[in-house]
Amino acid sequence: MNTTIKSAATATALSIMMATSSLADDLKIGMVVTLSGPPAALGQQIVDGFQLALDQKRGMLGGQSVELIVEDDELKPDVALLKATSLVEREEVDFVVGTVFSNMLQAIFKPIVQSETFLISPNAGPSTFAGKNCNPFFFVTSYQNNQNAEVSGMVANKEGFKNVFVMAPNYQAGRDNVKGFNQTFKGTVTDEVFTPLGHQDFSAELARMSTSGADAVFTFMPGGMGVRLVGQFDGAGLKDSMKFMSVFTTDETTLPGQKDAAVGFLAAGNWAPDMLNEANKAFASAFEKKYGYIPGGYAMQAYDTANLIDSAITKTGGATDDKDALRAALREADFTSVRGDFSFNNNHYPVQNFHALKVVKRDDGKFHTSFVRTIVEDYKDSFAGDCRM
Amino acid sequence: MSFTLFLILCLNGLQYGLLLFLIAAGLTLVFGVMGFINLAHGVQYMVGAYLIFAFTALTGNFWSALILSLVMALLIGLLLEYAVFRHLYERSHLDQVLATFGIIIFLNELAKVLFGPATLTIATPEILSGSIQLTEQLRYPVYRLATIGVGLAMAIALFLTISYTRTGMLIRAGSTTPEMVAALGVNIKQLFRIVFGVGAMLAGFAGIIAAPIFAIEPGMGDNILIIAFVVIIIGGVGSISGAFVAAILVGLIDTLGRSLATELLSFVFDSSVANQIGPALASMLIYILMAAILVFRPKGLLPAKGAS
Repeated sequence: MNTTIKSAATATALSIMMATSSLADDLKIGMVVTLSGPPAALGQQIVDGFQLALDQKRGMLGGQSVELIVEDDELKPDVALLKATSLVEREEVDFVVGTVFSNMLQAIFKPIVQSETFLISPNAGPSTFAGKNCNPFFFVTSYQNNQNAEVSGMVANKEGFKNVFVMAPNYQAGRDNVKGFNQTFKGTVTDEVFTPLGHQDFSAELARMSTSGADAVFTFMPGGMGVRLVGQFDGAGLKDSMKFMSVFTTDETTLPGQKDAAVGFLAAGNWAPDMLNEANKAFASAFEKKYGYIPGGYAMQAYDTANLIDSAITKTGGATDDKDALRAALREADFTSVRGDFSFNNNHYPVQNFHALKVVKRDDGKFHTSFVRTIVEDYKDSFAGDCRM
Repeated sequence: MSFTLFLILCLNGLQYGLLLFLIAAGLTLVFGVMGFINLAHGVQYMVGAYLIFAFTALTGNFWSALILSLVMALLIGLLLEYAVFRHLYERSHLDQVLATFGIIIFLNELAKVLFGPATLTIATPEILSGSIQLTEQLRYPVYRLATIGVGLAMAIALFLTISYTRTGMLIRAGSTTPEMVAALGVNIKQLFRIVFGVGAMLAGFAGIIAAPIFAIEPGMGDNILIIAFVVIIIGGVGSISGAFVAAILVGLIDTLGRSLATELLSFVFDSSVANQIGPALASMLIYILMAAILVFRPKGLLPAKGAS
């Protein structure tokens, strides 16, 4: 609890220091993430991950000193739009990094790419901009939103699940994840249950689960919903009779609340903090040392984003005026991603490996997702074919 | 749908209803007795949950933390009354809404600053952490049964206090003709303060018992406040027994509706359509009920006696 405050304070202090330090900065980067309300933990991971990469390079990317301007979109589309417009019009930033949520990205997308400023999303990867609306000024360093659920379907096949109970909140992302799972899962979906967003009491759903005869449950319950669901699933004693499989439900942002109840739960993702490559070992330990908590995918993707910008600016020799040259440099993705192989598809969404993950408890009592096995290599999203770029 | 499932739904509905009652009881008294719109009532629910979290961490014991949290919830309610609300009794409803809305924002942000934005959990107390085997796979947590028991006990205690004690009599009298009660030499401001403090404490208590089940996060009281207003409108503003009946009704309809709506619709439509409409319809049910009550019984199901 204290460490969160401390790291938030440091990050704020740093960004203020940077904002006021000098006018002679060569590279201006604006960041639009959610830093209010319950999802603030996600935005904070992005700020921390990016800041870590920046600090490791002594505040420079590609040899250019960086001014980082962090803005809070408050999870309100109008606020996000206002802040993004001010970043490109008043601050004239070279890059905008954002956002956490897809609906925020949709709000800020147009004014940024129309001003010919590069927009790099460290998390949100909606299908909207992956297909025919792909854009030369837009890059994604995370994943395409449907992919994690699609890979979960493959995990379920691999684990040999025959009957799966599927549950998600009743909104766009919830339905997308269910669709993604159904697309790749070869067994039978016993039930498809949609709960209200922000659902409190899952006991009715848990009762249905117990009578459904399913071997496993697949769910997408981000944030507080996931914390409640996991606790109640454990309380109802279902842990012994069915497997729990999810995306964005048991991750490094929710595990501190879920604790032992989530141990052994399966997940799918593009990375885990304990993946064994050298770059990741260095990242995970440096991150935890600096901020006092285990990084999640959000922090990792922001860290990679900073390194991507670093590689591109190095290639252009510090120049940002020639947009075509800068775009070509970004597309090469010539940096060491902590998740291993990483490249961009024609639609500027990543081509990367996806893995089965499992929640484990570390010896020091902290919880994280752990790498189990790679499920699919160089996985591309299914919208890239519609992109003419 | 099996019988066990139905039973579980009813238990959950009852439990949710009692939780709503604890919140609505204070709200309906404050609104009914003082004519004061307190949007910050829901935030007391959140305060209760954070208090039990903080005190459990501090003392390491749920029961001593419970006592401390209740006392603190009462004190915070009284402090808010003293610092903010008492200046607003004579003001218009719009002013009250503005000021109490400000308190919501303030306390939500304060919770975030003090405890961080992440969702927190506390363990259920040891003695209540078991569960009862209902079916082969499913167990029902004892803690939930305990909250039903405590909720019912609270409701009865409150009902007896309002109906049979001197304070209760004054509250009932104060709700209809405050000037007359004041003219008879009763310190009406003192009375208001008691109602306010107890109301805040009840909402805090609801937050405390909800914390081990529903987890703790900033803004958790905002949605429940809206439902609490629905409850007091259905039950009749200012009426404790109305709030009780309405809370149980809303709890049951909401819980059963969520599970049954999709299933019932799938008899009429095919399953994908039912899956689209069901959840949407289920979340509207209680508002439809409220609209119906406003049309056919505008004073609520059990209006307070003499309410104008």
